[in-house]
Amino acid sequence: MKTLYSAIYRHIETVGQAGVFLFQAICRLPVRYDEALKLYFRQIYSVGVLSLIIIIVSGAFIGMVLALQGYSILTRYGSESAVGQLLSLTLLRELGPVVTGLLFAGRAGSALTAEIGLMKTTEQLSSYEMMGIDPLRRVVAPRFLAGVTCMPILAVIFSAVGIWAGMLVSVHWLGVYEGSFWSSMQQSVYFDTDVMNGVIKSLVFAVAVVWIAVYQGYICQPTSEGIGRATTRTVVLGSLAILGLDFLLTAAMFGDF
Amino acid sequence: MKDAKANLLVGLFMLLGLAAFIYLAMQVSGLAFDEKSDGYTIQAHFDDIGGLTDRAKVTIAGVTVGQVQSIEYDKEFFMAKVTMSIDSTVDNIPTDSSLAILTSGLIGEKYLGISIGAEEDVLKDGDEIYDTQSALVLENLIGQFLMSAGGE
Repeated sequence: MKTLYSAIYRHIETVGQAGVFLFQAICRLPVRYDEALKLYFRQIYSVGVLSLIIIIVSGAFIGMVLALQGYSILTRYGSESAVGQLLSLTLLRELGPVVTGLLFAGRAGSALTAEIGLMKTTEQLSSYEMMGIDPLRRVVAPRFLAGVTCMPILAVIFSAVGIWAGMLVSVHWLGVYEGSFWSSMQQSVYFDTDVMNGVIKSLVFAVAVVWIAVYQGYICQPTSEGIGRATTRTVVLGSLAILGLDFLLTAAMFGDF
Repeated sequence: MKDAKANLLVGLFMLLGLAAFIYLAMQVSGLAFDEKSDGYTIQAHFDDIGGLTDRAKVTIAGVTVGQVQSIEYDKEFFMAKVTMSIDSTVDNIPTDSSLAILTSGLIGEKYLGISIGAEEDVLKDGDEIYDTQSALVLENLIGQFLMSAGGE
């Protein structure tokens, strides 16, 4: 019983520490403007630009699979023109933000954790402190901000590529009439509820994943094994956080039946 | 040199994101179609709209010539009041034309179909179509069928 209490106590303590850590990282943005911008853009390059290929390729394939599956079911009811509606709502509301988040946790989150963890292991973080540079300010803050910026952009690209690829499959391959494909889509998709809610979702996922990633890197055991464990934990916790938050956000956004 | 190339790629990445966002706004959610209001509006009252929604298309002979702007309940007549905008190029709809709520496919979307009348006067902005046919509601059809079967 006592061990259970202490385990709960430790977990709450960890959450609290992570919260303080995030708060400090955001408050201590790099002071000098041009220096900060340079660090920020470099992180956008390594977090966002390098994730672009996997996002585009998986977006295209998911869009094509959705079009095929949707067509094979809807054509039974003679309403294959609703493929556009199915494709766009599925991608914008759910798959765009969620799959981007999962891929982002695997591709960029793990890299962030490993990078910061290795910095800690090779005592680069301590040497920053020795030089009077705050590692939260120099290492963590730009990475956090860049991750939060990149994820919504990636999610939007994912949805757009998926819809475009689904259009290619359903219109040019399966022979759905192009006019009714777009009109069924435009009639059912609303900019403020569907497109914007997807962006808001991906923003929330981004905060959760990047927060977990930088925190796990920062507190990892400074050994090679510790880095491995921290990286695994980032991917597992990040993915679970995304799926759990997705349920809550969907219930709040679309649950008013 | 390496930094400059990275900055270029970051710029391209952000532009790509912006382009994708505009694509989603314009092509997918059809914002541009909303803004285009170079038409005139006409109204009609229905007993039952049965699942007609905003932005449903209005057709003549199956060709889309406009869209539904708003649907509201008219307290005075106990009916649904549908306001729709028609393309300004289609300016010769006779005043005695009739309007019906139709369905495309078995579970497809509801839309409005205008059947052309014979009058020489044409509909203008703010006019109303009086001859309307409500949506087919399955429960009512079954009810009617049972009534007529019981009568024999």
